[in-house]
Amino acid sequence: MNHSPSARAFAYLLLAPAVLYVLFIVAYPLVDTVILSFTDAALKPETNWVGWKNYQKIFKANFDDVILRTFIWTFCSVALKMTIGVLGAVLLNAAVPGQTLFRILIMPPWIIPMAIGIFMWGWMYNGQFGMISGLLQNFGLSDGPIAFLGYGKTAFWATIVTDVWIGVPFVTLYMLATIQTIPKDLYEAAWTDGAGRFYRFRRITLPMIVPSLLTMSMLSLIFTFNSFDIIWILTRGGPSGQTTTMIIDTYKSGIGSYKYGEGSARAVMICLFLSVFCLAYYRLISRLNPVEAR
Amino acid sequence: MKQPRPMIDRYRWYELLGIYAGIFCLLFFCLAPFIEGFNVSLKPLSLLFSSPYRFWPENPSFEAYRTMWVSVPAFGRYVVNSLFVAGVVTALVIVLVVPAAYALSRFRFPGQSAILGGFLTVNMVSGAVLLIPLFRLMRSLGLLNTYFAMIVPGAAFLIPTAIWLLRAYMLRIPRELEEAAWADGASRFYIFRRVILPLATPGIIVTAIATFLGAYAQQFVYAVTFNSKTEYMPLPVGLFAFFGRQEVSWNELMAASFVGIAPALIVILILQRYLVAGLTAGAVKE
Repeated sequence: MNHSPSARAFAYLLLAPAVLYVLFIVAYPLVDTVILSFTDAALKPETNWVGWKNYQKIFKANFDDVILRTFIWTFCSVALKMTIGVLGAVLLNAAVPGQTLFRILIMPPWIIPMAIGIFMWGWMYNGQFGMISGLLQNFGLSDGPIAFLGYGKTAFWATIVTDVWIGVPFVTLYMLATIQTIPKDLYEAAWTDGAGRFYRFRRITLPMIVPSLLTMSMLSLIFTFNSFDIIWILTRGGPSGQTTTMIIDTYKSGIGSYKYGEGSARAVMICLFLSVFCLAYYRLISRLNPVEAR
Repeated sequence: MKQPRPMIDRYRWYELLGIYAGIFCLLFFCLAPFIEGFNVSLKPLSLLFSSPYRFWPENPSFEAYRTMWVSVPAFGRYVVNSLFVAGVVTALVIVLVVPAAYALSRFRFPGQSAILGGFLTVNMVSGAVLLIPLFRLMRSLGLLNTYFAMIVPGAAFLIPTAIWLLRAYMLRIPRELEEAAWADGASRFYIFRRVILPLATPGIIVTAIATFLGAYAQQFVYAVTFNSKTEYMPLPVGLFAFFGRQEVSWNELMAASFVGIAPALIVILILQRYLVAGLTAGAVKE
């Protein structure tokens, strides 16, 4: 019943609204970005074709610095999320009393409105009265107040920590779900043979979660690369541009200064990197789980 | 849960200690901002800006939870806006996604994997990259500074995840019922409405919850870019304006944040079992 031409027509009919909607709101703007990037579009009424000028202009400025910073920021954040996520999943998988409660308690950073969590971090990073600086001083680890968002280096790490905070629950729960799919008999067999807990982790758990870990890392890389709210709320790319990633940079020139053409050129660069990541991701999932890539 | 733990799950005391210490660190990292935020909301403003730093509030009071309604007069409005925008986004996404997920789970047609892959790709592009053309699009549609400026783009980016979630659910519904109805001469549309919809209801509910939470959690970038009217601002943006002031009454801001996240926290408590299952189902193989 589901292979005839009329079935096909029915399927297309069912799909049409969602596909058209996404084409209109995502695909059309994507094409528009590429077109705009070759123009001098701005607030003024007329728009002229300027060829590669926008691209030449952004690369003459410090765009390579921004790219490098974005990659370091993204890499550090993803590495931390994965490390904490795997450790967290192993801990939450341990059969100890309170397990269910602990699994619920790690969820809030992920579920609450992102911006509100970021406000709370804004206070935590406050030098005079915030928790981190306060506790460091109380424990004698710091001589005076540290305004984490006031200096380039600390602000860079502060935004990473907040990004990790938002990402960790999802990575942890995902890795936990993966660990739970590992057949129990593997562990029991190893256990009967006298394998210790750490040995079982290294020789069973780790190899079994590698595919999921790789998939999640790629996915996380893509999302982290797109991260906007955290940096915008905490530092707006400052101090002196030290937390300006590609997305923040695009927003500042395109929306902040109404340079649509130049901003679009920057957005196109982001899309180029994203498509490389996406291709890598698709190759990865089709190689790791051929069934899913049907 | 009363049966004795199997031998393999018995831990020595130092292993237990290590596990609990690790879990404590993890939970402290995840919850510290909430603990601190709650402490701050209980501190009177004069004590808030005092050194040296004290973790626990000295004279805790819920004063800020009362005064915030005066300091942020539109607070109630912001919460209602947030719920309204998230609600409409969810309704829109569900209406579009249910038929699409059915088509993708049951029929075979040319371009099927391309469409699925396309939706997956949309998931990878964040709305923030497309703000410039979206801004122009919203302007030419005359939607700037309306609820629709937040609803229309927000829904588009939530569609892919919803489709993957619901398709995974529908793939598990047995085909026999549809085939029986088809043999009895029911029309395709009748089968969709009378057979599939009732069977897929639990999956639709999970998808709707996931979409609502996503829509509620991610209200920022469109709202801050496409809307400048106070009366339409969702909670995060309303509080962001408050956050940007010279003299931030942090205790009131934190009190307001807590009231604002309360709905999400209640949802977690009630639905945590479905949440974990639902939100990871799209990603983990059955």
